[in-house]
Parts: sequence; structure tokens; C-alpha cells
Amino acid sequence: MFDDFFIRALVAGIGIALVTGPLGCFVVWRRLSYFGDTLAHSALLGVTMAYTLDLNIAISVFLISSIIALLLIQLQKRTNLPGDALLGLLAHSSLAVGLVVIGFLTFIRFDIMGLLFGDILAVTTDDLLVIWTGGALILIVLKLIWKPLLASTVNYELAEAEGLNPDRAKAIFTILMAAVIAISIKMVGLLLITGMLIIPAAMARNISDSPQKMVLFSIIGGLLSVILGLYSSLEFNTSSGPSIIAAALILFILSLFKIKQSIKLKN
Amino acid sequence: MNSNNNILVKLNNAGFRQSEKWLVEGVSLTIEKGKIVTLIGPNGSGKSTTAKIALGIYKNIEGSVEKYTTKVGYVPQKISIDWTLPIRVYDFMLLTETIEDSAIDEALSLTGVIHLKNINLGSLSGGEFQRVLIARAISKKPELLVLDEPVQGVDYTGEIALYELIKKISDTLNCGILLISHDLHMVMTATDHVVCLNGHVCCSGSPLDVAKNNEYKALFGEKASQILTTYEHKHDHVHSDEGEIKKN
Repeated sequence: MFDDFFIRALVAGIGIALVTGPLGCFVVWRRLSYFGDTLAHSALLGVTMAYTLDLNIAISVFLISSIIALLLIQLQKRTNLPGDALLGLLAHSSLAVGLVVIGFLTFIRFDIMGLLFGDILAVTTDDLLVIWTGGALILIVLKLIWKPLLASTVNYELAEAEGLNPDRAKAIFTILMAAVIAISIKMVGLLLITGMLIIPAAMARNISDSPQKMVLFSIIGGLLSVILGLYSSLEFNTSSGPSIIAAALILFILSLFKIKQSIKLKN
Repeated sequence: MNSNNNILVKLNNAGFRQSEKWLVEGVSLTIEKGKIVTLIGPNGSGKSTTAKIALGIYKNIEGSVEKYTTKVGYVPQKISIDWTLPIRVYDFMLLTETIEDSAIDEALSLTGVIHLKNINLGSLSGGEFQRVLIARAISKKPELLVLDEPVQGVDYTGEIALYELIKKISDTLNCGILLISHDLHMVMTATDHVVCLNGHVCCSGSPLDVAKNNEYKALFGEKASQILTTYEHKHDHVHSDEGEIKKN
């Protein structure tokens, strides 16, 4: 059944959408979109490391992204530079270093476009295993830290005062972000992962009235984007990653009509 | 060690410094089961800081905090809900602990906002939001309740009702309450112990003791002192126009 590259892509995309849906909601709530971008940029370094040391790409990206995330937390403590400047510093320097290293790896043929924007054909049965087991683990951990993470998103001090340990939840969530980027990089590409996290969640915000509903609609939006995007990429021969994101954008635009209605109702 | 097992939180000479500036220092106080401790003091005198020290929100403190409970309900001074997070009053009630629907309804009814149960938090008025905050804190049936200006923005009659409710909760749940309030009239109706702060503890004791204290008078003025003493008298006698005291 997984012999067909298209079926493999579909199964991979569905697995990714199930994970990016709920994580994306927290990215939107906690204003972490630029943070997601930074981790994604650093993924290039992870990919080059995988090629140089002959490691699994997902594992290598996960390691590098986690290190970058920890570096960021340390830098935030040690300097007075604002958060966005630090993020920019890490994002672009890790991207640059990654590209420089690629320059040295002349013995490997690199599909840069595939790396930046994702590649349907690259998804193997092994990748499916990584996506689905990794994805299941991410969701289980997210379920476990849901309460402290949501409570500290609403108010850090409230969560701390009532004994929920928000710092631990935040650290675990950071690792989950690195993990979701690691499992989805081959499919969506490093420039578009943040889009996959944010656009379905933003769409869901427009049509939800509770956190749980927003997570649900975000997952549904991600699934629809994957299915619509992949079928249209097959139909029009466009690249898979951009097609998925474009489909998500269309869903977001449609969701704006719903929000317009509810604003009208209020007036 | 906790020799008296009514003690919930004990601050020993506690203080907190933020980048070289002391927000508050040298605070010692004890919160016991069934008792209400009230913090008063001018703006920037360290009331909220003291509450946060007691709650364990501030970690790098001077002195020490002994905490003997984990069942805590907290009403922070301000909370802002970002538009990106859709959250109804009902979801907010379940934020830090899973509680039964009947307990949620009961708490919301007590603070008079049961009709707002399915409304988005972002669309509440200031006073309604405070009532929801109080409801959330008490619905968990906490052992320690910390209320940082809980009735800000609430209308006058609501204020009285809410203070009566707070007093009732302290009695029925037998929980210890740390209350921060500006309203001296209200504070004195139920408080067991008053701590007057001004960067440090300027005086403390029963409401009447504090009212008579000279440092308190210097801080709040003679009039504030009269408010307190007048209130204390209210239970058993009234003042006639000539200043004569008449027993009730």
C-alpha cells in the first residue's frame, strides 16, 4: 500500500498535520512564530550534519534544533538584547553556517530546493515510521503538559502560584517544537514549517470559542490543507510544500467570513 | 518546623530585590487556617510583591518562606487575556485544576456571574472579570486563598457582598486568606490581622492596634485612622452628635 509515492506523501502529511495542529495553537497563543522560524532555519545545519556524519536526518535535525533552543534560553539570560534580535541572530547564523558547510560537501549532490520547500518524492517508508512514532510521542507528551502549559499561557504567575510548574512545561514544549520540525522537514521544507504550524491555527482561531475547539479545528484545517495541497500538486505538477501552505491560506481566507459574521452579530 | 499545624504560610524576614532596588524587605507574617491577614499600604509599598513571595512566585528572595499547603487559590492583581486565545468563563474555571461542574456552578453563583458561564473571557467587563477570578479561586476549595485587590472595578453594592462572601469562605472552608485591599472600611469588617507596608512592615496587629499606630497615621493620615476606630466601635455603640457614646 505504501509503494505508491503519493500514498506515502499523504500518510506522512496526515501524520504531520495531526501534530502541527495542536502545537501550532500554542505557537499562536504564546507568540512563538519567529521562534519556530529560528528552529526551522537551524534545521539546515542539522541536515548537513546528517549527511556528513551519515545520521538519520530527523534525529540530527532534532538534536541541532534542541541545541539552538537551549542556546537561545541561555543567551536570553546572559544578554540584554531583545528576544527578536537574538532569534534573528541564531536563525540567520545557523542558516549561513549550514549553507557554508554545504559548500564544502562537494561529494554530495544536494537538493536545496527540496530542503527549503519539501519534497514529496523524498518520503520513504522509514520516514513514515519516524513521522508516526515521533508524532505519537509528541502528542502524548503535549497531552501530559497541556494543563500547566495552557495555564501559564493565560497567566504565568497564576500557574506558578497554584503549583503547576510552568517553567518545566515551557522547557518541554521547546523540545516538542524541535521534534515537530525534525519530523516534518522533509515533507514541508524548512521555509514553510512555520506556515504549517501557524496558518491552520490562525484559521481555527477565527471559528473557535474555546481552546479545545481551536485545537480540533486546527487539526482539521491542517488535514484538509495536506489533502487539498497534495492532490493539487499532483494535478498541476507544483511542489508539495508550497501547495499545502497555499491550501491552508485558502482555508484561512474562508474562515475570515465566519469571523465577519460574528462581529456583525455582536453589533 | 511547623509546631502549630494551623499555620499555612510563614514569612521570616522575607524580602525581594529587583536589579538593586528592594521592592520589599524584612516582612515577617503568618497566615493561619480560618484567619484573614490583610496587607495595606500606599502604591509601590510592596503589597503584591509580598503576596508573590508568600505564593512562591519569586524564587530568589531574602529571608525564607515556609509553606505548608499546596492547595492554593490566587486572584492576581491583573490578568490580560490575549485575543488569540479563545477561552470561555467555563474553560477558565478549569484552568489549573479539574473540578466538577457542580462546583463550578456553585462558585459562579456565589459571586453572581453564573449567567456568564459560556461567555468569552475577553468580552467581560472589569467587574464581571473580577467576580470570575474570585469564583475560580474559591471553586478549588483552597486551603490558602491569596486575593490581590479582588474587588477592583466592582460596583459598590457588589463590593460589600463580595467582602461578605470572602469572610464566609474563610469560615466555611476554614482556609487562610491573604488579602490586599485599598478599601479600609471594607478591610476592617473581617480582618483578623493587618500588616501595614511601606517597603517594609511599618506596623502590624489587630485593625484597632494599627489604627492607633502613629506610623500608620503618618502614612494614611488622621482621617484613615478615624475610619478604622469608628468601625471598631460600630458593633456595640453609636456616637451621638455631641460626641457622647450611646450603647446599642
